[in-house]
Amino acid sequence: MMLVFSLFFLLPLLLVTIVSAWDYNEYEMIPAFSMRGYSDTFEGCIADLPNLCTILKTYLKTLKLCLLTWVLTLLIGFTVAYFLAFHVRSKTWQIVLTLLCTIPFWTSNVIRMIAWIPLLGRNGLVNRGLEGAGLIHQPLEWLLFSEFSVVLALVHLFTFFMVVPIFNSMIRIDRRLIEAAYDAGATGWQTLVNIIIPLAKPGIVIGSIFVITIVMGDFVTIGVMGGQQIASAGKIIEARLNALQFPAAAANAVILLGITILIISALTRIVDIRKEL
Amino acid sequence: MGEKRPRSFYLLAAFFTAYVLFLYGPMFAIYILSFQGPDGGLTFPMNGVSLVWFGKVFSGSGIVDIGAAFKRSLQLGLVVMVCTVALSVSAGMAFRRSFRGATFLFYVAIASLIMPSIITSLGIALEFRLLDDFIIKSGVGDWTTAMGLFTSGLGAHLTWTLPFGLLIMFAIFNRFDNRLEEAARDLGATPWQTFRHVVLPIILPSVVGIGLFGFTLSWDELARSSQTIGSVNTLPLDLQGLTTTVTKPDIYALGTLTSAVSFLVIFLALVVILVLQARQRRHGSDAGKGMV
Repeated sequence: MMLVFSLFFLLPLLLVTIVSAWDYNEYEMIPAFSMRGYSDTFEGCIADLPNLCTILKTYLKTLKLCLLTWVLTLLIGFTVAYFLAFHVRSKTWQIVLTLLCTIPFWTSNVIRMIAWIPLLGRNGLVNRGLEGAGLIHQPLEWLLFSEFSVVLALVHLFTFFMVVPIFNSMIRIDRRLIEAAYDAGATGWQTLVNIIIPLAKPGIVIGSIFVITIVMGDFVTIGVMGGQQIASAGKIIEARLNALQFPAAAANAVILLGITILIISALTRIVDIRKEL
Repeated sequence: MGEKRPRSFYLLAAFFTAYVLFLYGPMFAIYILSFQGPDGGLTFPMNGVSLVWFGKVFSGSGIVDIGAAFKRSLQLGLVVMVCTVALSVSAGMAFRRSFRGATFLFYVAIASLIMPSIITSLGIALEFRLLDDFIIKSGVGDWTTAMGLFTSGLGAHLTWTLPFGLLIMFAIFNRFDNRLEEAARDLGATPWQTFRHVVLPIILPSVVGIGLFGFTLSWDELARSSQTIGSVNTLPLDLQGLTTTVTKPDIYALGTLTSAVSFLVIFLALVVILVLQARQRRHGSDAGKGMV
């Protein structure tokens, strides 16, 4: 197992870092030290000040998509997990309903993205329905191939990663604590805020790490649902790769990696992952 | 909590139902649309019902060679599944005792799980590209590339499936009763016999679960494959390519077929797990229940 990870994970990471500092021309990489990969990435950033250059705008947009997705998946995931953990009483039902949430995770992401097209398209169900109800007279263009559809698809795909860890934390909360809170006169809301949320925090953090890292690096969902029009950190790397500019792609990967590690280390300050398994 | 369900139960139940509809609704939309009549378009309403689009997928007209991609994905999925199960189970057993580098391996696995796929993919592509350059320079005549479905592609998929397998093994062994093994040893069983006749039967349902994860994750994997698969494509890659070019429901038909394979595998795995668990109950052991 260590061998597999060394060969296909650690070594590649190392190479990405090394190659990011290589020089390159139109068709090949040159193993000589150069910061061109980085300087090309930030080309024009200083000249354009105080306006933001393309690359910074792209990262800001990625962060914005990430934040939106995170808030939505957290809210939905927490509610679903809360329902499963505290309101479903029999063990069998809990397993059945959890499976119901898990099965889509085992099916193809691409198909789950394509599935939105007949609903959101210009002649899709939503537009037809709204027109039929007389609410709009022209099809809404922003439904598909927009930031809206990207966030919608991301939430659709990745809420699962929130539900499972949060549910896992909640299921371990001692029921007597909650009863004690009721006996002490706490309202349902007070119990939720003062007991359940603090105790479910590890699950929330783990779920957040999953969702944030997936969205930060994502280029497929943003590509398909954004109609290949919306730029993101992952898409920059993909574009550079398609142009065979490996060092530039690697430089972007290192930047992305840095940002992701920053976010994760901030989050892991709050919990120790290993303890939670 | 009293016997009567509080009002919040109904609110939350409604929310949960909405969530499940949100999860499944769009999927069923394309399953239905894939049976669109010959004149039908990409959206509702249905123009008759037919199997035309499935026929198109199989005859391959207008689409890239789907049959081959289908087969490739299937083969890769099976190989990934076998490797994932074998490596996860042995790693899971190893982790029960502390060994040198255990913590390190654990963190590497977690890092591999949450690393943005594109970075892993890029790294593996670079690794193989450099290897190729090296081999060509060292004078091997008609070397083309070491990159391919079962080298770089397999490796890329394993970085994604192994962490899941390992986490499931952790979950199992956290609930595993070690006294069972001690008992077996006391009765004179060799380590292999202990594993084969005591440990394996207990963890088997979860091992099937790991296999399920291994196959389905590989079957649908896209981001990590994108740069590492070499000159041929897997099914998800072809599907993604089609999203930008195809304007006919044959893409839905293909989607329906792909999902059908996923559902078939899920169904088979669940049946096997249930059967195994039922057998365990009959034999009076309750260890290792549940999948995750």
